[in-house]
Amino acid sequence: MSTAAIAETNTGISNAKLGTWTFLASEIMLFGGLISAYVILRSGSAHMVVPPRSMMGVPLATFNTFALITSSVTMVLALAAIQEGNVQRFARWIGCTIGGGLIFLIVKAYEYHHKWEEGITLSSNLFGSFYYTLTGLHVLHVTGGLVLMLYILVAGLRGRFTPASHDRVESAGLYWHFVDLVWVILFPILYLL
Amino acid sequence: MKDAHGHAGAHGHVEPQSFIWKYVFSVDHKVIGIQYLVTSFLFLLVGFSMMLLMRWQLAIPTPADDFDPEKLGMIRSLLNWMWPEKMPYGFMDPEFYNQLGAMHGTIMIFLGVVPLGVAAFGNYVLPLQIGAPDMAFPRLNMMSYWTYFVGGIVLMASFWAPGGAPQSGWTSYAPLSVVAPAGQTYWLIGMVIIITSSLFGAINFIVTTLNMRAKGMTLGRMPVFCWAQLVTAVLLLLAFPVLEAGALLQLLDRVAHTSFYIPKDMIYGATVFPRAGGGSPILWQHLFWFLAHPEVYVLLLPAFGIVAEIIATNTRKPLFGYKELVGSLIVIGILSFVVWAHHMFLSGMRTSLANLFVTTTMTISIPSVAVLTCLLLSLRGGSIRFNTPMLFALAFLPMFGIGGLTGLPLGFAPTDMHLHDTYYVIGHFHYVVAPGSLVALMGGLYYWYPKMFGRKMNETLGKVHFWLTIIPMNFVFFPLLIQGMWGMQRRLAVPTDQWHNLPVQGWSMMIGIAAAVLFVGQIPFVFNFFWSLRNGEKAAENPWNSTTLEWACPSPPPHGNFTREPEVFRGPYEYSVPGHKSDYWPQDEAA
Repeated sequence: MSTAAIAETNTGISNAKLGTWTFLASEIMLFGGLISAYVILRSGSAHMVVPPRSMMGVPLATFNTFALITSSVTMVLALAAIQEGNVQRFARWIGCTIGGGLIFLIVKAYEYHHKWEEGITLSSNLFGSFYYTLTGLHVLHVTGGLVLMLYILVAGLRGRFTPASHDRVESAGLYWHFVDLVWVILFPILYLL
Repeated sequence: MKDAHGHAGAHGHVEPQSFIWKYVFSVDHKVIGIQYLVTSFLFLLVGFSMMLLMRWQLAIPTPADDFDPEKLGMIRSLLNWMWPEKMPYGFMDPEFYNQLGAMHGTIMIFLGVVPLGVAAFGNYVLPLQIGAPDMAFPRLNMMSYWTYFVGGIVLMASFWAPGGAPQSGWTSYAPLSVVAPAGQTYWLIGMVIIITSSLFGAINFIVTTLNMRAKGMTLGRMPVFCWAQLVTAVLLLLAFPVLEAGALLQLLDRVAHTSFYIPKDMIYGATVFPRAGGGSPILWQHLFWFLAHPEVYVLLLPAFGIVAEIIATNTRKPLFGYKELVGSLIVIGILSFVVWAHHMFLSGMRTSLANLFVTTTMTISIPSVAVLTCLLLSLRGGSIRFNTPMLFALAFLPMFGIGGLTGLPLGFAPTDMHLHDTYYVIGHFHYVVAPGSLVALMGGLYYWYPKMFGRKMNETLGKVHFWLTIIPMNFVFFPLLIQGMWGMQRRLAVPTDQWHNLPVQGWSMMIGIAAAVLFVGQIPFVFNFFWSLRNGEKAAENPWNSTTLEWACPSPPPHGNFTREPEVFRGPYEYSVPGHKSDYWPQDEAA
């Protein structure tokens, strides 16, 4: 929460950071539940019709993966900048992170439209259902992350973060890396396998 | 006042003054704890009332031969007047029976016992016991309560949905739940909201316990109650999201016509159900029980913690095997994640898999018995004070014992084949939750009431309440075990339609009467609760001469809890230490 809180905690980890890690543990179980449901039905159901790779648009999804990973890198750079107290550089890298997230969402919207046209819909078959559910929940998380980033950007520009106190930037970063990681798992199991 | 509210946190002790910020949208863990306490008791009352209606139906399921609709008794006329369609002449429509059954389970578990044991007592007592000024995230704590409240409203609102409340049981088994009327959608949305609330709570509990302990309060000096709450929070954190995933899929099956739980070419209403199909109803069972078995321990662990506190205080001696107790709680927590499929032996699971789950289930009974043994041996050689909290704590031991032991035949696949889906199962888990957990939670309320409100509850009324609770409860739940072993099936509004249920139908009349007595027996408690707020014996800081930290602050504790920064010098249960001036040595007393 505040710098005072860091010194006072028993573990030496700030409440905000420990809380974020705890939250991410629960998120892992949420995505874990859905992904294992997909894996089990994909290997167990006789009626899971997987579209050919050409229909899935692998190159575009690869580009998207690249965009998201890049935004994770810029997040790390933003954190490094605020640790040095350089607000300008911090704002620039957070801007890049938001940009990466936005590119991801725009490409995703195009992908959804394209797939829907091709007949892969939410209720068309089991694969479509899983595809939209898994990526949809992920898109919700990306959107939430963008809102978080906007808040971090505004708070940073108002001088709320200092080299000694920037817990929220670090927490937002942890969350963003998690969202990125989920995609890194979703991409191969939905597009490549 | 918004300002004060905005900055009132764990480290800023600004007490809000206006009513709405002080009592409604409070961020103080004590106010939130009491909000949870009152709300969960109200839900317990609602859930209990539903069950009374169902027991009324089960006592006399069909009209007798000489039944005359013109000459209805008082209760039948009342029921007929209140629900002319759902309970014509006081006989229940089977669909209404299903709705009450599903809602009774959902309310009692998710809106009653868990919020009471975890959120009410945990919120109130945990920060006090570890010597913290508040929770780690006070505002998240407030949000947790209000999300729970909204979730409860959504679930209750389902009664007014077209087609009525959910009727697929608290387990909501697919595919029946997918084709059920709109109430089920309310259930799913309500559950997602409640899961969010418990997620907020779990994060708060974990961070608070790990990060905000007073100076000297090492993990090894934490009271058993705190350990129980910590393990419970981890279970909530990791098990609930899986049900959220399952609920999300079921919601999509219902509203977006996906087929996660719908098999190919499912026949429904004499035609093929118009879905792509290919899904599996068993998938729901796995996702559901992955939550719902740890959930059993979420119901139970706070009760263990409370009983340990009450027993240590009222035997005036250290708990037997503190380390073993804590270790067992942790092992229970871990193992509870790998036993879930013992609920599904009859789902067509192959024998080798069933064997695995039989093994894990038998293994988890070891730490459970270890806990019970430690608590039982703690009584040995103590100078026991038989006050109301202690009576409830003592009753917990044999009651939970019955609940646990009756579970063993259900954990073995071969015996489960016979007992599955009978009243035996109901008898078993009610012994765990009602005369088990709930009785311990009642004891907890009598025990911590002086801390919460500054006055003790009346002992005589408390003892009346105790006997009027524990005796009728056994007359309600023990016959269920007997009926179940005869093969009487659960979930039937009119069990007499099947001849094999007839030999044990007679017990249902007795159960109905006992349930009514149990209901009446709660009146002394409700009266006592409100009467003692003003007229109870005044309680000082430490009315029970106890050792743990919650008794080191004023009763009730002010905003920020402790008048002086607490420091801990010893373990939690230093009673009757030879050579010490009194028979208790508080944790914060220097040398």
